[in-house]
Amino acid sequence: MIRIDLPVLEKDIRKLKVGDEVSLHGTIVTARDAAHKLMVEEWPKFVEPLIKNGAIYHCGPVMKKTGKSWKAVAAGPTTSIREEPYEAAVMDHYKVRLIIGKGGMGPKTLKACKDVGAVYLHAIGGAAPLLADTVVRTKAVHLLDKLGVPEAFWEFEVDGFKGIVTMDSKGKSLHANLLRQSKKKRDAIIGI
Amino acid sequence: MQKDFLELIRRASCDLPADVIRVIKQGRNAEAKGSPSRSALDDVLENCDLASRTSRPICQDTGTNIWYVHHPRSVSQAALTRDIIAATRKATKLAYLRPNAVDSITGKNSGDNTGPGAPVIHFHEWSKKSLVADLMLKGGGSENVSAQYSLPNGAIGAGRDLEGIRRSVVDAVFNAQGKGCGPGIIGVGVGGDRATSMIEAKEQLFRLVNDKNPDPVLAKLEKTLLAQCNELGIGPMGFGGSTTVLGVKIGARHRLPASFFVSIAYLCWAARRASVSIAGGRATYSQISQQAMKYKLPAVAARKGR
Ligand code: SF4
Repeated sequence: MIRIDLPVLEKDIRKLKVGDEVSLHGTIVTARDAAHKLMVEEWPKFVEPLIKNGAIYHCGPVMKKTGKSWKAVAAGPTTSIREEPYEAAVMDHYKVRLIIGKGGMGPKTLKACKDVGAVYLHAIGGAAPLLADTVVRTKAVHLLDKLGVPEAFWEFEVDGFKGIVTMDSKGKSLHANLLRQSKKKRDAIIGI
Repeated sequence: MQKDFLELIRRASCDLPADVIRVIKQGRNAEAKGSPSRSALDDVLENCDLASRTSRPICQDTGTNIWYVHHPRSVSQAALTRDIIAATRKATKLAYLRPNAVDSITGKNSGDNTGPGAPVIHFHEWSKKSLVADLMLKGGGSENVSAQYSLPNGAIGAGRDLEGIRRSVVDAVFNAQGKGCGPGIIGVGVGGDRATSMIEAKEQLFRLVNDKNPDPVLAKLEKTLLAQCNELGIGPMGFGGSTTVLGVKIGARHRLPASFFVSIAYLCWAARRASVSIAGGRATYSQISQQAMKYKLPAVAARKGR
């Protein structure tokens, strides 16, 4: 297990490779469909200090409010590929070092990992309470009224959020690899 | 019956059935020591334990709620529907369910998991005096990778026979890769029309993962497909490895001479299902659904079930 404290230096991220298990400590920020669309259309300034040398988490959490503070009840990853059209530009503009989600992303994001110096971290799909319990504090929420709970920018302070690097800054993608390998197997099993 | 239905929803959302846990454990042990796949399944198991202990949803996507209600003649379906809807609303308030029903045209979330077509309710009248309700929560990620083939299919050389069914299932599992939160359970519906073919596939998902199809031809095909899908090497979450699917369950319906559909319903590892039997005002909960009873159950599960 490799420990990464956020914010993180580009040179430390470039050391990570496909297959590495990572635990995150520090701030990660949720952003999914509406948030990505908003970022590339408006390039809001408030986002910069949140994710520069930091992490975007593809997640629409279940949150509970007690008094003034918010608590993450269930916060597993959502499917990342939906952000493929936007992510490369977002990573480049804000210098994001980690994209966290599930299912992997495509060639544009893989190239951005190489150019910007970033990795894609695959969290365990469905492990919602487990991942929510690594959130030690909800630091803030942005655009909650405009975007709603699942789509807002949630600033989570995490301690020991686990994931596996499946796309690295050297241009390697576990998803692309497995697709190739399993395609060969499929052809053999089907007999075509 | 509202109270019993609410408890049924809670159990479905927070407790993964023991038969599913058991095959996930087997899969975990089959993965290489220190591999990402093994550690992913360790996390899955820890997550299920945590969800069960704290009555929290196993996954934040609490899915399409699919009900099968078997009822005596004396019970009104309209009244049952009202009870199910009321229980669904309450379960959403209590955060056993995430608000998950969205108006497809306006994009507005109804906020309480109800609306046209939500939840999904199937009724069956029977001659017994008791009422049995089966519930499954089927996640969206796994629904998105489900598929339907109309045979013949030239691209995979699938004809209208067992071999064609085999090819369709292997191809669908390949196409799903890790995107449906594998390892998955594969329900297959052969025949019917486009709608009933998929309904059959989903009904297959109510079976226990380690049961046996009483039809020897289908039992053999299930076994072959389980092995072959795992040979694909996609593994848990698509991390690579030998646990790509946990089970393959096949059912067939009569079709028109003109049509031959093979429907593949992919269910993520979060295979949430629960059942309640209500007789004389008393509710008994079980992890074995009425749908599963039609199949040969493993000895241990059968004893516990009743
Ligand atoms: S596919 Fe299943 S495990 Fe994955 S996020 Fe959806 S409901 Fe959860």
